[in-house]
Amino acid sequence: MNFKSAGDNLNIGNKPGLLFFLCLLLGATALYVWWVVYNFLPTLSSWTTYDLLTIDRGSHLGASIEFFFYDTPKVMMLLFIVVFCVGILRSFFTPEKTRAFLSGKSEFAGNVLAALLGIITPFCSCSAVPLFIGFVTAGVPLGVTFSFLIAAPMVNEIALGLLYGLLGWKVAAIYLGTGLFIAITAGWVIGRLKLEGHVEDWVTQTNPATLSMEEEKMSWADRVTYGWDAVKEIIGRVWIYVILGIAVGAGIHGFVPEGVMASVMGKGSWWSVPLSVAIGIPMYSNAAGIIPVVEALLGKGAALGTVLAFMMSVIALSLPEMVILRKVLKPRLIATFIGVVACGILFVGYLFNLII
Amino acid sequence: MEIKVLGPGCAKCSKTEKLIQEVIKETGVVAKVEKITDMMEIASYGVMGTPAVVIDKEVKCIGKVPKKEEIKIWLGQ
Repeated sequence: MNFKSAGDNLNIGNKPGLLFFLCLLLGATALYVWWVVYNFLPTLSSWTTYDLLTIDRGSHLGASIEFFFYDTPKVMMLLFIVVFCVGILRSFFTPEKTRAFLSGKSEFAGNVLAALLGIITPFCSCSAVPLFIGFVTAGVPLGVTFSFLIAAPMVNEIALGLLYGLLGWKVAAIYLGTGLFIAITAGWVIGRLKLEGHVEDWVTQTNPATLSMEEEKMSWADRVTYGWDAVKEIIGRVWIYVILGIAVGAGIHGFVPEGVMASVMGKGSWWSVPLSVAIGIPMYSNAAGIIPVVEALLGKGAALGTVLAFMMSVIALSLPEMVILRKVLKPRLIATFIGVVACGILFVGYLFNLII
Repeated sequence: MEIKVLGPGCAKCSKTEKLIQEVIKETGVVAKVEKITDMMEIASYGVMGTPAVVIDKEVKCIGKVPKKEEIKIWLGQ
């Protein structure tokens, strides 16, 4: 492509001159302002609830409203930073590069790499089919392709940002680790099962054209724009779910009595993990809507493993995605895919109920 | 000029088609725009992301909504 990008005129990245340091200074200042506002949020939400809206301290309504006014700006600010940084990171990756990297890799190493690349390769679930065909026809093993397809929706920047903001870095790290674990093992198991014959016949008969498109050269200014576009696109899409999710969470926080979830979603009941997975699979929500609810449930005595299992099955396995993938996978392979991933999620759920 | 927008019909795909139509109207270029939603056909172009834009059999962009300036350059404006 021969169009001249905005970055070429600024020379950022090629000649780090005065302008580069000015940008750096501007970025640092913005980050500092962000940090100050972020730390001021508890004071602000408490002031809004009790002084501005004059709601009684200690009332159910007060607890709900304070929760809402604290969590909403907090989550939005965190999403902003996380989506921006992941966007910049993603600008270094494309599905084409990932595919070239994965083809010809040995089985286990391939699964690990595919799961990791699934997190940082730009991917939208509506292109799952062309991506699947592109990978398989280029010689990426079926199991490795699945590791990618499982990790990409499950471990995403929105989930990580929200978990970090609402439940702390430990839960975010557990989610990242177990999400990768499931993507790697489920993909590996599917590979071992030798189900290549259960891919729809037309897929292997397709002979996709080789692209002659040149790799786009990106300057740092282009990457910053890319990150910024990701912020606009993602936050523009999920903000309503975040607010709805936090509103439901705030209702649970203020009005549901302490410990009521302990009997239903607590550690004591063995059936709670499979039940939450069974409820979660057909549900279709994104991380933005589900995590604030999850936070509130945890606060009322639900066990971490159960909640984690619920969240993963909602995000990683969804009915619309299965309908899309049905075009390239025969029913038995779809069933195996759901079954193997669900088993992985069950395992993670039980594991965390046992150790925490 | 033959322009094809490849995509199963998500929001980004419709936006891409709309932008191309706008540029055509603004510049007065004579071009036929076609939307390809069939997965087999999309896959045959070798793209791994949607929306993708193909002009006269040449893939111009993959997996993103192009900017108006880019579309103008593709149309030779």
